[in-house]
Amino acid sequence: MYKIMHREDLTPQIHLFEIEAPAVAKKAQAGQFVILMVDEKGERFPLTIGGWDREKGSVTIVFMEVGKTTRKLAKLKAGDSIHAFIGPLGIPTHTDNVGTVVCVAGGFATAIVVPVAQALKDAGNKIISVMGFRNKDLMFWEDKLKEVSDELIICTDDGSYGRKALVTEPLKEILEANKDVKLVIAIGPTIMMKFASLTTQPFGVKTLVSLNPIMVDGTGMCGCCRVAIGDDTKFVCVDGPDFDAHQVDWDVLMARQKSYCDEEKTSVDIWEDYCRTQMGGKA
Amino acid sequence: MADKPKINLNRIKMPKQEPEIRAHNFDEVATGYTLEMAKEEAGRCIQCKKRNCVAGCPVNVNIPEFVMALRDGDMWGAVDQLKANNALPGICGRVCPQESQCEFVCTLGKKGAPIAIGRLERFVADWECDQSDKPKPQIAPSTGKKVAIVGSGPAGLTTAADLAKLGHQITLFEALHVAGGVLMYGIPEFRLPKGIVQGEVDYVKTLGVDVRLNSVIGKIDTIDELLADSYDAIFLGTGAGLPMFLGLPGENLNGIYSANEYLTRTNLMKAYLFPEYDTPIKKSRRVVVIGGGNVAMDSARCAMRLGAEEVYIVYRRSREELPARAEEVENAEEEGIIFKLLTNPKRFIGDENGWVTQMECLEMELGEPDDSGRRRPIVKEGSEFLIDVDTVVVALGTTPNPLIPSTTPGLDTTRKGTVVAEEETGKTVKDKVWAGGDLVTGAATVISAMGAGKRAAAAIDAYLKG
Repeated sequence: MYKIMHREDLTPQIHLFEIEAPAVAKKAQAGQFVILMVDEKGERFPLTIGGWDREKGSVTIVFMEVGKTTRKLAKLKAGDSIHAFIGPLGIPTHTDNVGTVVCVAGGFATAIVVPVAQALKDAGNKIISVMGFRNKDLMFWEDKLKEVSDELIICTDDGSYGRKALVTEPLKEILEANKDVKLVIAIGPTIMMKFASLTTQPFGVKTLVSLNPIMVDGTGMCGCCRVAIGDDTKFVCVDGPDFDAHQVDWDVLMARQKSYCDEEKTSVDIWEDYCRTQMGGKA
Repeated sequence: MADKPKINLNRIKMPKQEPEIRAHNFDEVATGYTLEMAKEEAGRCIQCKKRNCVAGCPVNVNIPEFVMALRDGDMWGAVDQLKANNALPGICGRVCPQESQCEFVCTLGKKGAPIAIGRLERFVADWECDQSDKPKPQIAPSTGKKVAIVGSGPAGLTTAADLAKLGHQITLFEALHVAGGVLMYGIPEFRLPKGIVQGEVDYVKTLGVDVRLNSVIGKIDTIDELLADSYDAIFLGTGAGLPMFLGLPGENLNGIYSANEYLTRTNLMKAYLFPEYDTPIKKSRRVVVIGGGNVAMDSARCAMRLGAEEVYIVYRRSREELPARAEEVENAEEEGIIFKLLTNPKRFIGDENGWVTQMECLEMELGEPDDSGRRRPIVKEGSEFLIDVDTVVVALGTTPNPLIPSTTPGLDTTRKGTVVAEEETGKTVKDKVWAGGDLVTGAATVISAMGAGKRAAAAIDAYLKG
């Protein structure tokens, strides 16, 4: 069992947990992920690492309530424990000094971008960050991303905070204005990463994305997370999660992410029913 | 001639669930002997001097002794004899290919049916499991030596048990959230109930083995770090867990699984109990399993139990070359699995949402024998035909996970990704590191991995005491 040492609600739907896992904390690096199981009957699912404290022996995860599993996880409090916590998995993000790097963060993935931007900054890069949210109420960690960025542009879909735009607009402008951008890292919802990739492609700027397919074991055993990268099939869990965005077959990735939509709906319905009848509250 | 009691040349039949019933549940297919049946079958053993059976067993179980004790009703005596050389009898009794090992060389087999050693082994193990007052296992005084074992499958569990009994302090690291490796994620409940596996894992724990779950060695500490961190020796038993795909067009369509994924979802994650358990698996109508080994049979039989209407095995050679155990092929056929032999997939066709709907196949014929000694399958030109499917399971075999070899300088690996180790001892070229099981041989059997674990345990013990 892995204890939740600390909990923070970044927004009503986005939560931060600090999990006691010294062995994972000792080796965790930016860009890697963990596999979690909430309880014994739970599914194994991946979350990219949001931070770590090697002295305290803790690893930070940030997640958004979407399906049954994340809602079940959100019911837990500091002091509670989760059944399994496995990592650090995947290959860390390469954080060489390349010059100027643009970090694009979409929604709750901001939590993942912060350690990556930090590592890139520590390596000596100039960091220009773009963060995008649907609206102001869903926003968090403006301060943290600002701290690790030389420049930060914030946009919301509805204009309730910062600029009213999708992240691709400022991204395009940055690339037009700064010929010295050597690398773009875009992490967020798959559709955002796809369009970020399409935006950078005409500029020929190397672009990395952190893919988030469905996984089971997370150690290369099942192939559930396979994606088409150029002419090859790769396993995100061991070959990634970072890939050259311009080589990713986005259609295959998005189709595979929808594999269990019907089953997920069944699970959510049962969970909501359970919450209403057994826990006397909302899911 | 004196009046010698006549030996029954037929073995006592194993009670089984009827095919039409068992094809729709995950309960164990073979329900096991009763005490009377077991004693009667044990009574058929002529206790010959040759002891071929012991030599035929990769871990040299004291077969005549345990069978005699069982015949005489000395159940604890039977348990002691059985467990002297085998820490996992409940597992071996169920999944060992006895027909090509101990039973194959049984003296009785020359005249009639060999003794049903596997069934008797299973009976004794299950009897012990049901006893509440188990005697404490004998453990040698502590040697003060520490051994790390990586992987808790059959090789790792065996090595751990043997070394712990000899007084060494054992830490067993497992990457998944339960111990047992392939015994948990691969072999289905209806062939090897998970309660039996966990019972045997619990036995290994009673020997003092410290089992650490959720620990991916190579990602947390590396082998070199474990050695620096006070372990005196290390055994690698990480198996062959990487699935092979065909590399054919359309293979990334939804509905196409590796056998590892299909079985892991079903067995380890208990997707057959969805939504009580959270992990889903697709409810399919027409399932094709590609491959002819035991894993293919397991996948096909799982598909049937998950509610598929039609399940096919597609295999490129003929029936004679099927690598699966004859018993498993027979079980699959009884349950209604359809064998499409001399057939090979060419590509997969999907719908607009990315789901597989059809598989294009080619007919094959057999030519001259190839390197493996089996007749080479050759494509019949122009024989393309389509099969309607909604699920495909690729069961073509597995290779070792590169995680340990790639994070452990000084290990020697082959082109196939296996780790090089001496057959007799499991010693690798790296100081203080031994290896065994599928990691060394490539995908093989539970019992051969256990045999390798036993030999490595003996070698490690000799090294630690040397």
